[in-house]
Amino acid sequence: MKPAAFVYHAPRTLEAALALLAEVAPQDGRILAGGQSLVPAMAFRLARPTHLVDINGVAGLDRLVLDGGVLSVGALVRHAAFHKADAKFGALGALLADVVHNIAHYPIRTRGTMCGSLAHADPASEWCLTAVTLGAEMVAHSAKGARRIAAADYFQGIMQTALEPDELLAEVRLPLLPEGAKHGFYEFNRRAGDFAIGMALVTYQVKGGKIAEARVGIGGIEGAPRRIAEAEAALNGQAPGKAAFEAAGQATAAVVDPIEDAQTPAAYRRDLAATVVTRALERAAI
Amino acid sequence: MSDTVAITLNINGEDHRVSVEARRTLADTIREDCGKTGTHIGCEHGVCGSCTVIIDGEPMRSCLMFAVQADGRKIRTVEGLAKGDELHPLQRAFIDNHGLQCGFCTPGFLMLATAVLEKEPDIADGDLLDALSSNLCRCTGYQNIIKAVRQAAIEMRGPRK
Ligand SMILES: Cc1cc2nc3c(=O)[nH]c(=O)nc-3n(C[C@H](O)[C@H](O)[C@H](O)COP(=O)(O)OP(=O)(O)OC[C@H]3O[C@@H](n4cnc5c(N)ncnc54)[C@H](O)[C@@H]3O)c2cc1C
Ligand code: FES
Ligand code: FES
Repeated sequence: MKPAAFVYHAPRTLEAALALLAEVAPQDGRILAGGQSLVPAMAFRLARPTHLVDINGVAGLDRLVLDGGVLSVGALVRHAAFHKADAKFGALGALLADVVHNIAHYPIRTRGTMCGSLAHADPASEWCLTAVTLGAEMVAHSAKGARRIAAADYFQGIMQTALEPDELLAEVRLPLLPEGAKHGFYEFNRRAGDFAIGMALVTYQVKGGKIAEARVGIGGIEGAPRRIAEAEAALNGQAPGKAAFEAAGQATAAVVDPIEDAQTPAAYRRDLAATVVTRALERAAI
Repeated sequence: MSDTVAITLNINGEDHRVSVEARRTLADTIREDCGKTGTHIGCEHGVCGSCTVIIDGEPMRSCLMFAVQADGRKIRTVEGLAKGDELHPLQRAFIDNHGLQCGFCTPGFLMLATAVLEKEPDIADGDLLDALSSNLCRCTGYQNIIKAVRQAAIEMRGPRK
């Protein structure tokens, strides 16, 4: 179908974009970034925004820079920016390159943005899982000022975030991984490029032959991605290997509250949670 | 009717001055307002890839972009691939390898593969397969499309130095 009519704005500065957003947000005015989620929703008439504030021409939002121990990703940095692991970003660059190939398809990744994914907050978004697992920080700007939101407080449910309608997510800040950290990502879906039915992202270190500082995140299983403290507890202090990895998988399945859809019952996603966590851990160990 | 905006689309080097509503997709504008019907529309929500065009060197879904967003940018469509009577290496490879049957998906695959191979002539085979998995074909079963693109990739790379 065809999108419904809207008024189009193309501001050139962040200030102008925020002023426009303050004005049109109360009438369901929205930001247009890559358009790879919003435009399909408009074509289905699931979304009928009255105004679109296109941020693609806003200067300065395409910054991708190291800032101390943090990778700062601006609102116009496209998924495709992470196709090749950037050595400057260390193990984080390799992690992002592993994850990005699971997001949609090449021509969608040349246009869609990491911040757009975080604003859209699909339960099966790979970047949302990444932000939660690594403990990212979101930097939201509005005409009233700027604030930082921790990932743990940011994701609130299916397509629900802490962002206010008049806020623009200008930047996401991803902490670099410590030297020697291992990471593993595993996603299950039926066709290449589809949204995940279930996925897991893990990082850990090995100190004196034992797992330390384990992070286990799951996505696509519940309404929003989250870290599983029980799985992390099952790993820390154990030797990396089959026994610990399977225990972490089982610990995850025991505590998740899976979403259900027409194709996939909750019980299936619960089993899948164990499998994706165990496999992500196995990948990290290679 | 809501208001229209005057824009200039540069398609295959030629300027098209058109007036469109903001909600008009680039795909519809290329076809209906500029008369370039080689770009096909399958699903209108980003899943099939038949609308793929190249914008400033990047392959993109033209159904997921509004025409006003492409104002002044360089757009390439399937009509721009051949030079006069001489087909592009990818077009010839699709014929040689039986890479099409009904042909509906073909313009999208050609533009996708053109952009990917121009950006990355030495692309690893796994990355090429990843890129080609972007588009849907209901006829060929994909194997002949993959063969065609691999053949054209060798030709486009030219003789080894
Ligand atoms: C066929 C297909 C398959 C896909 N598969 C996947 C997949 O497997 N995994 C996945 O994660 N995604 C997938 N996507 C979605 C894609 O990754 C989108 O790019 C992403 O979800 C949204 O980013 P965007 O920049 O395109 O945002 P847009 O579509 O422009 O915006 C999405 C929403 O976020 C808001 N928004 C955007 N940017 C900001 C900002 N900076 N601040 C505040 N609000 C903002 C918009 O107002 C809108 O409500 C798929 C899309 C398609 C078409
Ligand atoms: S018509 Fe654009 S992706 Fe299907
Ligand atoms: S040749 Fe018919 S859809 Fe591909």
